Amino acid sequence: MKKFTTLALAASLMASTAFAEPVKIGFVTTLTTGAAVIGKEMQQAANLAMDHLGGMAGDTKLEIIYADDGFAPETGKQATDKLVKQDDVDFITGFIWSHVLLASRKSALDGGKFLISANAGPSQIAGKLCDKNFFSTSWQNDQTPMAMGEVLNQVGVKSLYIMAPNYAAGKNMVAGVERTFSGEIKGKDLTKWGADAQLDFSAELAKAKASGADGLFVFYPGAAGGAFIKQYHQAGLKDVLPLYTVFTVDGLSIPKLQAADFQSVLGSRSTGAWDPSLDNAANQKFVSDFKAKYGAYPSNYAAQSYDAINLIASAVEKVGGDMSNMDAVRAALKEADYASVRGDYTYGENHFPVQDFYLREVVADADGTWTTKVVQTVYNDHVDSYAADCKMK
Amino acid sequence: MQKLTRRGWLTVIVMALLAVLPPVFYLTGNAFYLDLATRLTILAIAAVSLNLILGYGGLISFGHAAFVGLGAYAVGIPAYHWLYYSWGDWAVNGLVQFPLAIIVSAVFALLTGIVCLRTRGVYFIMITMAFAQMVYYLIVSIEEYGGDDGLVIDTRSELPLINLDDPLQLFGLSYVSLLVAMLLVRMIVNSRFGMVLQGAKGNEERMISLGFNVYAYRLTAYVISGAMAGYAGALLGNFTTFISPEMMDWSRSGELMFMVILGGVATTLGPVLGAVSFIVIEEILSTITIYWHLPFGLMLIGVVLFVRGGLAGLLTGRGGKDD
Amino acid sequence: MDLSLLFIQTLNGLQLGLLLFLVASGLTLVFGILDFVNLAHASLYMLGAFICASLTFVLGNFLWAVVVSLPITGVIGLLVERFVARPLYSRDHLDHVLGTFGLILVLDTLAHLIWGPAGIAVPLPPWLDGQIQLSETLVIPTFRVLIIAAGLAAAGGLFWLVNYTRLGMLIRAGASNRTMVSALGVDIQTLFALVFALGAMLAGLAGMLIAPITEASIGMGNNIIITAFVVIIVGGIGSMKGAFIAALLIGLIDTLGRSFLDDLFKLFMSSEAAETSAPAVSAMLIYIIMALVLAFRPSGLFPPRTR
Repeated sequence: MKKFTTLALAASLMASTAFAEPVKIGFVTTLTTGAAVIGKEMQQAANLAMDHLGGMAGDTKLEIIYADDGFAPETGKQATDKLVKQDDVDFITGFIWSHVLLASRKSALDGGKFLISANAGPSQIAGKLCDKNFFSTSWQNDQTPMAMGEVLNQVGVKSLYIMAPNYAAGKNMVAGVERTFSGEIKGKDLTKWGADAQLDFSAELAKAKASGADGLFVFYPGAAGGAFIKQYHQAGLKDVLPLYTVFTVDGLSIPKLQAADFQSVLGSRSTGAWDPSLDNAANQKFVSDFKAKYGAYPSNYAAQSYDAINLIASAVEKVGGDMSNMDAVRAALKEADYASVRGDYTYGENHFPVQDFYLREVVADADGTWTTKVVQTVYNDHVDSYAADCKMK
Repeated sequence: MQKLTRRGWLTVIVMALLAVLPPVFYLTGNAFYLDLATRLTILAIAAVSLNLILGYGGLISFGHAAFVGLGAYAVGIPAYHWLYYSWGDWAVNGLVQFPLAIIVSAVFALLTGIVCLRTRGVYFIMITMAFAQMVYYLIVSIEEYGGDDGLVIDTRSELPLINLDDPLQLFGLSYVSLLVAMLLVRMIVNSRFGMVLQGAKGNEERMISLGFNVYAYRLTAYVISGAMAGYAGALLGNFTTFISPEMMDWSRSGELMFMVILGGVATTLGPVLGAVSFIVIEEILSTITIYWHLPFGLMLIGVVLFVRGGLAGLLTGRGGKDD
Repeated sequence: MDLSLLFIQTLNGLQLGLLLFLVASGLTLVFGILDFVNLAHASLYMLGAFICASLTFVLGNFLWAVVVSLPITGVIGLLVERFVARPLYSRDHLDHVLGTFGLILVLDTLAHLIWGPAGIAVPLPPWLDGQIQLSETLVIPTFRVLIIAAGLAAAGGLFWLVNYTRLGMLIRAGASNRTMVSALGVDIQTLFALVFALGAMLAGLAGMLIAPITEASIGMGNNIIITAFVVIIVGGIGSMKGAFIAALLIGLIDTLGRSFLDDLFKLFMSSEAAETSAPAVSAMLIYIIMALVLAFRPSGLFPPRTR
């Protein structure tokens, strides 16, 4: 009798293991160069999501394979090719950089994989190049600066100087703020980006000041953000040329600025679709566990990566781990039926989130740690500007 | 029929393995390794072309990646116009694109060579790099072709009899091209032209006093080398279907140099051995750790310090020259 | 054109030029005397920045950190000289380029392992963090003035060292005729090591000075090293005067290009195209200058007399 039970147990174990072929997620992000500061955080958030899920989506085991894009489109594409052809993953996610995503897009989609962007949202993929197997857990690039444009109108800024890095997302960010800002654009600088990015902005800041604009709009993600803020304050522009940013003063740059005791960053404002102060259960759990595990507030990159893993897990669970039925997986993804840290959202026609955008301000929390908090909601259920160009096949 | 030397045998064995192994990987379900082999084969062509001037001519070009990049853009830009501005089908015809790549690179080599070859030593190293950087920034500045973001080309070159969308055929073309490139360089080197080129590397004054116009010989070699690298670039563009200025970054030129040195300068097989080892080691190390640049850099230093004559010298037990 | 903007941009260009000079002077010393191509000069610049940034937090003051970091980078320079450079002196330039390229990879990755990918923002004492008001419209950050002052001081110090000391005499002699110097019975190995350490300290100092502006970050040196090479090639390898003039020239061209080229371009192309192409073309300018100089003077502007 005893023998029989062992056999039965073994049989049931075999049945469950046979069924539980793990679902593999390829995660392309920047793990080398100075930009790895973003990639590392995304990796931490994805690992935290796996902890919370217990590594399982329902009865199916999940597995993440990380790959480095070296902050360069070509390397990112190679990494994606390898994930598709060698590791044969089911989903490919991550992607900080719009140009890396644009370069890698075809490899992933032609390889019959689901592509989930956890950050980059280039206009092309929201519009003409939209694809049924692409989803975003972030935003379309233009949206956040569009929200900032609205804020600028509200606070009565009449003229603006713009600075951004010269790559796909930089151009989108500029287009976004120009779309909604109703005043005059006094000037624009697009600076060299990539592993050899320009980090000394003395010439551009002097131009911005001389332009006589009412405000300065910038987009400098990652390490460049902290460098920019320092130079802006060193140049004494705080009272002359107020600063409005997107993805520059964030969870990544704020701790460094606090370590260097950069008081003047307190009160600085930026827009975004997520904030650590958002009041929902999923977010509170995410933020407090992230802080407990890694000792710092998460940034939006972390939040979107956490969401990406949870979105994938929700879809895998819905189809019971059966990845062969792509239509069912796609339908499950499109429902966005998971506890997102930004609160509930829906997917638009082009598979970008239709979601709220907030104005946030840098404050000191109860422990004296600097972070951001929501000041005002700028957009409710905002649809990006390229969705109309998307003819989903 | 000449009897094969030890190095000759090594060449035959390496080239045979390179011909057989990748398709076997592909057919046994490891498509990625075929990709790796195709990349490696294409880079080997570029390395072979660099070896002509660097190894045999003693001209240390630190801007060779620019030719590769130009060749790739010669494929990418017509394809882009075909896609978005309805240029005729000729724009994606390989019989147009490949010659275009060769011509563009050759012309660039000629124009820059005229200036570069007036300089010596380190000045030559740096001026070739300067021209490469100029092309790099020129491409970055052209918004239309993607600038820093690069250019995704959706269509590969159309060639008679060969379908480049089939990875096996693309590999086949690359492999045959590599063989032709190796033979071509060998023929050049063994010709009177090649003798003068190598003679000038050893003793320039002597060749000049013998009445040879060394400058003209070098310029010719420089143009041939650039044209071959441009052809490799056209293949690379077809292989990756993504072209970016990153392809011509100075560190890419450095990698090509390293392949030649690692394999063994002024040898037929050296650049191929170098490219194979470089790509394979890079692949293995980067799979193990994201900090792979550390052991890789140490290896680089080690090779430079301790391995004279490169792998080709090491494997056949003699340094330096070809037999 | 706005004159006060031109003035400010000229100061900015001067500041960049002097920073370039600090890097290039070390490079040209090592190159001119040791005939050694040191790409890893870039890593010494980066290490200077990181060490100084860390020490700023330990010592609580940026200037003290600079004082302590300088000898440390000198020692690192000595180590690099002993273990990588010295065995390669007798080899050709190709081996130098490759060996030191490998060293860059090693040191960049070590920096990543030690300090993490985030980079370090360096706090400045309040008196350095402000601005200097030159006139109603002319305001420049105090720290940039400090960089200009430090750069000029270093240039003056080097000028004195090269022209009025025994070490300088050997350096000048070594730059023009190496065998003669060793024939004079000078311990050439010690001289080389000293020169290398001096170069390392100059590169490190440049890194320390830029860190409060751009932060210390991985691979930060790889941008500036190529520009520094352009500087010494344009100036003439081994020539301190050439490096100084070329550095200022290139600093000014780069900065003024970035400031005014897009306005210039807007005269004949759409403002959209001008905005994106101007920065790249201004980056290209320095290479165009270099090619032009070499086309007409194949050994740079101020080649040392005999080689």
